[in-house]
Amino acid sequence: MNTAPKDADGPGAARPHRPGPHSDGLRRFATIWSRAVYPTTATCMTRAEFEEHLVPLAELLSRTLHARPFDPVPARAVGQELVAAHCTAPESLPQILGVVDAYLLLYCSDPDRLPAEEGRARCARLQHAIAAGFARALQERTRAEQEALSRAALKAQSEIERALHESETRFRAVFEGATIGIGIGTLDGRVIEVNSALTRMFGGNEEIVRDRRITSWVHPDDGPTVWRLYDELVRGERDHFRAEKPYHRPDGTVLWTHLTVSLLRDPDGTPRLMLALMEDITERRLLHLRLRYEATHDALTDLPNRTLFFERLEQTLAREGDAARFGLCYLDLDGFKTVNDSLGHAVGDQLLVAVAERLQNCVKGPGQLVARIGGDEFVALINDPHSTRDITDLAERALEALSTPVLVDGRELPVRASIGIVEGPAGERTAAEVLRSADITMYRAKAQGGNRYELADPDSDARVISRHSLTNRLPAALEGHEFFIEYQPLVRMCDGGVEGAEALVRWEHPRHGVLGPDRFIPLAEHTGLIVPLGRWVLEEAVRQACEWQVRGIGGARPLRVNVNLSPRQLSHPDLVSETVAVLENAGLPPESLCLEVTESAMIRADDAELKPLRQLAELGVGIALDDFGTGYSNLASLRRLPASTLKLDRSFTRGLQQHPADPVDLKIVEGIVSLAHVLDLSVTVEGVETAAQAAHLRELGCDSAQGWYYARPGPPERVTVPLPLAAAQ
Amino acid sequence: MERPSWAPQGIDLSMPSVSRIYDYYLGGSHNFEVDREAARRAIEVFPGLPKLMQANRAFMRRAVRYAVDRGITQFLDIGSGIPTFGNVHEVALAATPEARVVYVDNDPVAVAHSRAVLDGNDRADIVAADFRDPQAVLTSEPVGRLLDLDRPVALLLVALLHFIKDEEEPDKALAELRERLAPGSLLVLTHASTDGGPHTARQGQEISDVYKQVGSRLVMRSAAEVDRFFDGFELVEPGLVAMPNWRPEGSTEHEDPVVFTGFAGVGRKA
Repeated sequence: MNTAPKDADGPGAARPHRPGPHSDGLRRFATIWSRAVYPTTATCMTRAEFEEHLVPLAELLSRTLHARPFDPVPARAVGQELVAAHCTAPESLPQILGVVDAYLLLYCSDPDRLPAEEGRARCARLQHAIAAGFARALQERTRAEQEALSRAALKAQSEIERALHESETRFRAVFEGATIGIGIGTLDGRVIEVNSALTRMFGGNEEIVRDRRITSWVHPDDGPTVWRLYDELVRGERDHFRAEKPYHRPDGTVLWTHLTVSLLRDPDGTPRLMLALMEDITERRLLHLRLRYEATHDALTDLPNRTLFFERLEQTLAREGDAARFGLCYLDLDGFKTVNDSLGHAVGDQLLVAVAERLQNCVKGPGQLVARIGGDEFVALINDPHSTRDITDLAERALEALSTPVLVDGRELPVRASIGIVEGPAGERTAAEVLRSADITMYRAKAQGGNRYELADPDSDARVISRHSLTNRLPAALEGHEFFIEYQPLVRMCDGGVEGAEALVRWEHPRHGVLGPDRFIPLAEHTGLIVPLGRWVLEEAVRQACEWQVRGIGGARPLRVNVNLSPRQLSHPDLVSETVAVLENAGLPPESLCLEVTESAMIRADDAELKPLRQLAELGVGIALDDFGTGYSNLASLRRLPASTLKLDRSFTRGLQQHPADPVDLKIVEGIVSLAHVLDLSVTVEGVETAAQAAHLRELGCDSAQGWYYARPGPPERVTVPLPLAAAQ
Repeated sequence: MERPSWAPQGIDLSMPSVSRIYDYYLGGSHNFEVDREAARRAIEVFPGLPKLMQANRAFMRRAVRYAVDRGITQFLDIGSGIPTFGNVHEVALAATPEARVVYVDNDPVAVAHSRAVLDGNDRADIVAADFRDPQAVLTSEPVGRLLDLDRPVALLLVALLHFIKDEEEPDKALAELRERLAPGSLLVLTHASTDGGPHTARQGQEISDVYKQVGSRLVMRSAAEVDRFFDGFELVEPGLVAMPNWRPEGSTEHEDPVVFTGFAGVGRKA
């Protein structure tokens, strides 16, 4: 309460009242007053607090009532005070005044000092003053609050405007400072705003960019979909698209951009503007083109390389339609390695460059491509040849073009080449299949002497391909235990007893059935798989021989086992150690093993290569010279070989099948046998098929024999059963 | 294109504001005709509203004193609205000169007004932030300057949560705030409800509709639902009750029956 009575005569705090009943009256009045007014207030005071709040006001009213001279003005403070206590509702005022009117004189007046008539008049004046104070305070309060609120609203708004301005400034800075080109356009194709990066991309003149319609920026290299996407965006059917798009610059150069266009919509979704973001990719694109060229061309000859050739071949083969055909010449220089080896790579390279040029000149016209796909391998691809003639003509032209020697460093180098030609309809074979056929055919041309072309032929392809597929399958076959061994007994001529057996490996091919060694040993030899395969055969045969010996088959003289050794195995550095290990592991005496090496392999071998055989022979392992008589049969060299047995090829004994035997053959065999015996070699005859043969060979002094006459190759248990024919003798 | 989150929110003075409507209920003039229009419609449906708001203020006053009696001098009042009378900082500072108060509101006008009222007061300040983004509140400069979150704080959510829909995950925001509060902190909460009080569910729906028309949503919740907001707090005596029944300072027999609508409670974080 900040309003104090001012007149000295009033009941100021300094002048004590009569205590007691008067004070009780004030309290009583305040209680009644509070009860009437409290429900209309918005105060957060409790009832008790509110009542307490009213006591000084009652006092003030009482003082003012009794003041002399009477002045009602101080009572205005009561109205103000009640407004301050949140009695602001219009319905408060009747409650406030009603209690003053009815109870003020009753509880707060001193009848001794104030006559009743005078009291009522003063009470009315006080009510007027309270009402005036109330109205004034309420008005001021309302104005102040409205003022405060308006100021707050303004302040909040200007805060937001400042923030918006900052945000706008920030956007503007992003727009202007961006290194990416930004443009805004209307849906009817007018450019309304571009940033400086975009202007720079177009050469620095903003007018030129602004004044043109967006739809006029057509370029012949535009992607096929870009303008369709643009139309869809304008129609509101899509919200953005990306494209690589070229633009003509005013100076005539081309600007390549990575373009992103977005549709800007109203809050209600109506398409309104377009936003284009452009990145200058001109240089990146050039670099990309250059890299692409480098990746698809041969650095030496500048011809398309293998990558590009395969891309084209695949495209060619992927075409559909009956008319879609292709022709392919696969050209490989004959003897190029010799040039490289004898004259050096520099000369070789120059030769290749010259060849490339000449070949390039042979191929003209669209749909034709010459590529270098390997060291001295070139291909020419023709789309839709009219006939095979078109391709053979090209092959002939190529051979013709190469027929003139190439001049390198003053030296005339003759050039020869072999060409494999494949042609056919598109859509039947893969690029790899076509190229393989061409490669096979080219090798056929080479095999026929070279400097010629051959046309692909399905049969020869098939042969090669089956070799190829067998070769590919070999490792899995070894892994998957598809190999097994058959044994063909070796029979002693003197008593017809079995002295051992030759181990013959077979392949149980899941698709082709049982394959003989002639089908796969050369392949294994070629790929090197012969080494693990040979080791397996050796282990298995030795294990088997051991089993025979343990079971006492062969009686006093234990059975021995013959195992074939290929040329590759012969030169394998671990031959001796591995063989010894296999024997030791199985516990088989070395004498019970005989390794068969073909005559041709052994004759070819130099001393270093024979050394392992010698070591094995010294350990007791038998060495047999297999297929004797099929090679050059250099009798003189027999002396230096570590062989203990000579296996006579069946070609010698064929003449002995009939009766009487061919006299020349008889003489030859007789000569070989006596020569062998002079050199301390025993003789085994292969391919004995008839009793007559067997009789002749025994007479000629052969030591042992094998052949169908005695027994065919079979499972190991068959070796252990008595031989019916041999037993008969 | 969507407005980026950092772009300022505009003010639309042609739309009523919850805090100005509240001021009108309390007999204030910090309001515009649109606010009064909306408030009058609400009062028409629910005539006791001004009394309810008054009861809210009275409860808050008692709760602040309760907190001070328990030695708590820090106050975080979220959804503080337009300062009128009997504000938290006045009540608290009257109880202890140590008091520090941070108000939080998302209404730019209420914030600007509070700023004017609190100008020069170094024990109270206002943060423009939203209850639904507790991190913005907790990491604000005034909270850092005025409150020591390692000591107990009284968190006031008076007449606020009924403006937050379930989809806006009030529990999650509340949990984030609770996480940051030191043990011994208090949660002071009131919530509108038609559960248990003299008002009907129909009236609750109608008043919600009025608020919906002015762009706000008022969610009436049951006692059980309100009770769940105290997860992680222990309700102090007398628990979750009608506002006048929470530790009354005098007789409640003369109270208008309408003020027994809704719930009030104070919870203590263990």
